[in-house]
Amino acid sequence: MIDFFQINPGLWLILAGLICALVPKGEAFALVRKALVIGAPILAAVMIFQIYTSQEVLAGKITIGGLELTTLRIDNLSMVWGYLFCLIGVINGIYGFHEKCRITDSSALIYAGAAIAGVFSGDLLTLFLFWELTAISSVFLIWKGGERAYAAGIRYLALHVLSGVLLLAGAILFANTNGGDYTFNNIGIDTLGGWLILIAIGIKCGFPFLHMWMQDAYPKASITGTVILSAFTTKMAIYALARGYVGVDILIYIGAVMTCFPVFFALIENDLRRVLAFSLNNQLGFMVCGIGIGTELAMNGVVGQVFVHVIFKSLLFMSIGAVMYRVGTAKASELGGLFRSMPITAVFCLIGAGSIAAFPLLAAFVTKAMIISAVIYEAAYNPGLYVIAGMLLFASAGVMEHSGIKVPYFTFFSHDSGRRVKEAPLNMLVAMGLAAALCIFLAFPWGGYQMLYALMPYDLPKPYKPYTVDHVVFQLQLLFAAISAFCLLKKFKLYPAERRGEILDFDWTYRKLCLGITTWIGAMWTRLSAVTTRVRNKAIAGAGRRLYQMFSPAGAMSESAPSGLAAALTAAMLILVLFFVYFVR
Amino acid sequence: MDLLSLFPAWLLEQGPAFVIVLPLLMGAITAILPSRTSAWWVCLIVTLLCTVTSFGLLLQVYSEGTSVYTMGGWDPPHGISLVLDVLSAPVLLLIAAMAVVTTVYAMPSTIAEIEPKKRAPFYAAFLLCFAGLMGMVVTGDAFNVFVFLEVSSISTYALVAMGAARDRRALAAAYNYLILGSIGATFFVIGLGFMFMETGTLNMADMSRILAELDGGSRVAKVGFGFIIIGLGLKLAMFPLHTWLPGAYAYAPTKVTVFLASTATKAALYLLFRFTFTVFDPSYDYVIVVLTYLLTGVGVVGMVFASLQAIFQTDARRTLAYSSVAQVGYMLLGIGLATAAGIAAGYLHLLNHAIIKGGLFLAMGAFWYRFGITRLSDFNGLSKTMPWTMGAFMISGLSLIGVPFTAGFVSKVNLTIAAADKGWWWAVAIIVVTSVLAIIYIGRILLAAYFGSPPEIDGEVVKRNEAPLMMLVPMWAMALLSIAIGSNILDLGDFFVTASERAAALLVGSGA
Repeated sequence: MIDFFQINPGLWLILAGLICALVPKGEAFALVRKALVIGAPILAAVMIFQIYTSQEVLAGKITIGGLELTTLRIDNLSMVWGYLFCLIGVINGIYGFHEKCRITDSSALIYAGAAIAGVFSGDLLTLFLFWELTAISSVFLIWKGGERAYAAGIRYLALHVLSGVLLLAGAILFANTNGGDYTFNNIGIDTLGGWLILIAIGIKCGFPFLHMWMQDAYPKASITGTVILSAFTTKMAIYALARGYVGVDILIYIGAVMTCFPVFFALIENDLRRVLAFSLNNQLGFMVCGIGIGTELAMNGVVGQVFVHVIFKSLLFMSIGAVMYRVGTAKASELGGLFRSMPITAVFCLIGAGSIAAFPLLAAFVTKAMIISAVIYEAAYNPGLYVIAGMLLFASAGVMEHSGIKVPYFTFFSHDSGRRVKEAPLNMLVAMGLAAALCIFLAFPWGGYQMLYALMPYDLPKPYKPYTVDHVVFQLQLLFAAISAFCLLKKFKLYPAERRGEILDFDWTYRKLCLGITTWIGAMWTRLSAVTTRVRNKAIAGAGRRLYQMFSPAGAMSESAPSGLAAALTAAMLILVLFFVYFVR
Repeated sequence: MDLLSLFPAWLLEQGPAFVIVLPLLMGAITAILPSRTSAWWVCLIVTLLCTVTSFGLLLQVYSEGTSVYTMGGWDPPHGISLVLDVLSAPVLLLIAAMAVVTTVYAMPSTIAEIEPKKRAPFYAAFLLCFAGLMGMVVTGDAFNVFVFLEVSSISTYALVAMGAARDRRALAAAYNYLILGSIGATFFVIGLGFMFMETGTLNMADMSRILAELDGGSRVAKVGFGFIIIGLGLKLAMFPLHTWLPGAYAYAPTKVTVFLASTATKAALYLLFRFTFTVFDPSYDYVIVVLTYLLTGVGVVGMVFASLQAIFQTDARRTLAYSSVAQVGYMLLGIGLATAAGIAAGYLHLLNHAIIKGGLFLAMGAFWYRFGITRLSDFNGLSKTMPWTMGAFMISGLSLIGVPFTAGFVSKVNLTIAAADKGWWWAVAIIVVTSVLAIIYIGRILLAAYFGSPPEIDGEVVKRNEAPLMMLVPMWAMALLSIAIGSNILDLGDFFVTASERAAALLVGSGA
């Protein structure tokens, strides 16, 4: 009898995904698939609830080739991610209800399942398995974005498989220095294996210079695909960081840089989904920075930030997706004035924008403040951290600028594009409504954010109080300063106009420069190999001819020797033997 | 030992003499038998009896140790003794068994290859050759070795010459072989003369004892050793003294080729083992020098050269003949290593190669028997016209290359390990290289046979024409035996490996 409590809940989603892939096409069967897409995450959440017992649960142990793998570990950290992924899986399922696409359904399920299973894996090898599975299953979502997305999907896949390989190599090195222990706990950067794993995670969660795949691939995926993609991969990587690299100082600086640099790209970008991808990167920076700080307050902030971030980021992607679904584009230059046609979507988008910008009473207000406060508390011991805190504040204002204002403004207000379209489909509105409600609820001062606190891993003796007068005022000052800056820039026509254009990001180096170098090397190699082939063939033919001349029946070495010659040879051999016998010692 | 109890005591007691005397006597009688069929039957029965006896003797040696039989009751060193030990008994069985196999095969093949009136003398000469080889292996008297060597050699010259009925070049080959074989035998007997001068005895055990007392002996012993090595080297086709071999193998009647390839050179190799490790001893400076530098040297050079020669031959029989020279190189390398593992590997390759090359030449004879094929260019599509024969050829060929699960693999791996153990990595490299060369020369035959299409004659594709059953059975016996050794079916692999290890232990132990 199988003990269902031994089974990683993510596997239920993967199983559902496989069933989805087998369900035939057709209207009626599409409903079956949709039922699976929405039902499987709920089932997984129920299983997590059943298995989790307020302390660490280790289960699903299997031994392969002398290695004991712990395929299931649920504790107060991984539990948060598990519930979150289930929740967002349901919301995504509702959002994509109208789409009758078998590939999207099954790959979304497998992808979400792999992310959940990865989060619940208790050892590095299991993690590696699901790490790669998320990459492989999610690339189909990108490829559903059409012709344009194919190359981006390949680049995405290449980078993520590389990340998995680094993870595996790092895991093996780490386990070797660690006495063959593959358990996934604190890793640190004291060992080479630790560094390799950090780089692998860095690729997945978009460290500076490793981030390009995100802005490259996410905007090119299908509408539902982008929404699904934005939720899982990077957050799984954040989980891995939170598990293995708590309090690693370098993460503070990486995180700070991550929060700041996407701001500038986001301001000048025209494709709104790409703007959101940059802002996703920026939000991840806050989490990385918080993990680098590593105090209990910071970690609580990170966990809370992850939870609300997934919801409001999905909400933003969903609203832009809904616009794209109706209008057919997400380019700022071709949108505008849509609040008349899509008022409900506009409201949801504004809630999402307010959440990401951390307006009081909206989601990120509580959690982002926790992270920044944690940095400032730590700065009492390390004054350098004030700079970091400043960077984070700047980034907060920047978020307001590009996600909080730019996205809704250019989509729903601004100059009227003259488009008159229908409101978003009902299922999308339901999904967005759910997310929007959560955004409000999780920051609700009277009983709302306390629910979020309940999920956080550490019980602080003095829980962080977000709704103090000075904090609310400070935050409002910051936000209104950003708004007035936006207004002034618009007024004096200094704000970067929404224009079609390509932005050169760091990925230029590998997409253009490295490609050029590789092409050049390839061309040179072709020429070189042509020459070497000619030389080689000549040499081989020459050697073959020589050998043939020597050894063929007519050749010098194979002629049937006359008896006399053989006799002389015999005598020569005798002399040789006697020489050896007499003179060699 | 249950099997041993099945043999009558008198047979085992008189066995060593029986296996020599019976074929000698019956050879004389066979020569005057009127009909071919009766001669074949006599030959078959004699070889069968000798095989059974040899098997019994082998079991006896394994259970009771070395046995010494004194001819006519004269004790050694004055009388002639017949000595059977773990070194000689397996070779004895090998020779007897190969004689049976080739005799079965000879029933159809001689009809095609030998003129009717010469068939009874053919069998008679074969029995004499057989008796000589058995005597070479079983005798414990050095001069007696020479006598039996000449008995086998002279009858072999006649046997090779009988191939003239199918190819006149057999005469030249036989003449060449006669000259060189005689030189070899002469060198050998000159060497024995020196040894008699040095030790005053011809009995091998006695000679060994006296040499040890003299601490290797004077220059006379050294010269004697040199002559013996060269004499035996000629007989076992040591490179570059192999020039007689390709012609003799290529043009002799198939039965003779098979028998020569799998036993005559092997008996000479047995004598090389016997003389270098028991009569002489590697602990003498001059012996180990010759082993390390000369035998190893000519062994590896021969491996490479003869393999290259095999690649470029146009006559498939000559390809196999040169391949034999190359394989002798492996055995010489094993001897040259002079370690227990090396000797065991060389000895194992001796046994395995007899089986492998026997199978190959048997199939080759069948190709000639049905289609007159000897040239490589005529092998196209043989897998369709003679699938069973070609199948046996392929298995033995793969075994020659050293493909896993075949006999060739076992001995080559053992040899490689032995060389590596001694730190002779260059030898390991050469073994690998020559195995690749073997892939080429066997591969081109297999490629033509399996991927070519059968030729058309008068617009019609040549029809399937399988070899007769009496040819198929021996060649498949060899092929299956080769697989059985390689895959250790019926524990045959272990049996062969153990036999070689025991022989090596005897040789190394006697030196200690």
